[in-house]
Amino acid sequence: MATEYASGAEYIKHHLTNLTFGQHPDGSWGFAHSREQVDAMGFWAIHVDSMAWAIGLGLVFVGLFGYAARRATEDVPGGFQNAIEQLVEFIDGTVRDSFSHRNRMVAPLALCSFIWIFLMNLMDLVPVDWVPWAFSLIGVHYMKIVPTTDPNVTMGMSLSIFALVIYYSLRRKGIGGFLGELTLHPFSAKNPFLKILLIPINLFLEGVALLAKPVSHGLRLFGNLYAGEMIFILIALLPLYAQWTLSVPWAIFHVLVILLQAFIFMVLTVVYLNMAHDTGEH
Amino acid sequence: MNINLTLIGQAISFTIFVWFCMRFIWPPVINALEARKKRIADGLADADAAKTERERAEQEAQQTTGQAREEASRILAQAERRAGEIVAEARATAKTEGERILTQAQEEIDKNTQQVREQLRGEVAALAVAGAEAVLRREVDAKTHAEALDQLAERL
Repeated sequence: MATEYASGAEYIKHHLTNLTFGQHPDGSWGFAHSREQVDAMGFWAIHVDSMAWAIGLGLVFVGLFGYAARRATEDVPGGFQNAIEQLVEFIDGTVRDSFSHRNRMVAPLALCSFIWIFLMNLMDLVPVDWVPWAFSLIGVHYMKIVPTTDPNVTMGMSLSIFALVIYYSLRRKGIGGFLGELTLHPFSAKNPFLKILLIPINLFLEGVALLAKPVSHGLRLFGNLYAGEMIFILIALLPLYAQWTLSVPWAIFHVLVILLQAFIFMVLTVVYLNMAHDTGEH
Repeated sequence: MNINLTLIGQAISFTIFVWFCMRFIWPPVINALEARKKRIADGLADADAAKTERERAEQEAQQTTGQAREEASRILAQAERRAGEIVAEARATAKTEGERILTQAQEEIDKNTQQVREQLRGEVAALAVAGAEAVLRREVDAKTHAEALDQLAERL
């Protein structure tokens, strides 16, 4: 495959470009036909491939679990039913361990995060050229099939969770409590004057800590998957007879990575939400 | 590496999937799990209760058997004792009756003997008188010697 491209660099660049639909600089809307056009579109563009694969895999998740949920009874479960229930029970246990408040939303959120992200990560194990090649036959030139290698996707999720963190922080602690948490720690003083003096310092430290959460949350997932995909692309540049010596070990290792990253994303989601619910700890 | 509308699109689809999961997937599965857990726990509790009940019943049965055995031996002993009593009683009755019959028979015999003696005495006296009459017909007058003959009959 790589031989069709002028250089390895161009191959890599091509494989890292999303199928993008957006507004061209001249005001018209349409698909971008080159990396430069994608860059020129700026914010008013959407990665059609990322969204389509993400939603498609989300529907797979909803379909599998919805089917199991509809058939869920207290009777003896079948194999498929049992597998789904095991996953649900595993998520339930993890959430119980790290979330100490009552909120009906957290466990389903964790389940959805874990399974959906896992499915999206799983696309990384599909050989890098198969799907793009199949789409090139029908005239689609860009196709990135792993949504989690798109920072928009991972940040979209982490920012949604961040919004929930802010919402629950405000709801549980009130505006005063939340601001107090941001301004009166980690440095505190008895003297009122000193207290006021410390506010900007605390706000800076806590603000950074607060904002670092969604950024690291989203970028951790993105970085791991992006790096993994990049290595698959680099391996694909090798001569055909040598590829398997590297791609097989990396794929096996990557099985661990995709599972682990999905799990980490889920656990961090639960932990952040738990922190948002914690009151009176400080 | 462009940040664009995909960010918002993904946030929206994430929200929808989470909502769907929260509404239609999580509750039925977790409820079924809870219900099954409860059913299993109930089943185990039932098994425990049944085991306790069985042990109790076994104990009771054993106790009842013991009681019955005791009762049986008691009844047996009583029956033996009663049988002994009856035999003794019967023996005593029989003995009394025997004695009574014996006494009666003796009396009968005595009476008969007496009767027979009376009769014999009369007959012997008559015979003696007849004999004496025959021997002494000519020499002795019956009226003269009647006194002597009566004395003789008296001695018989």
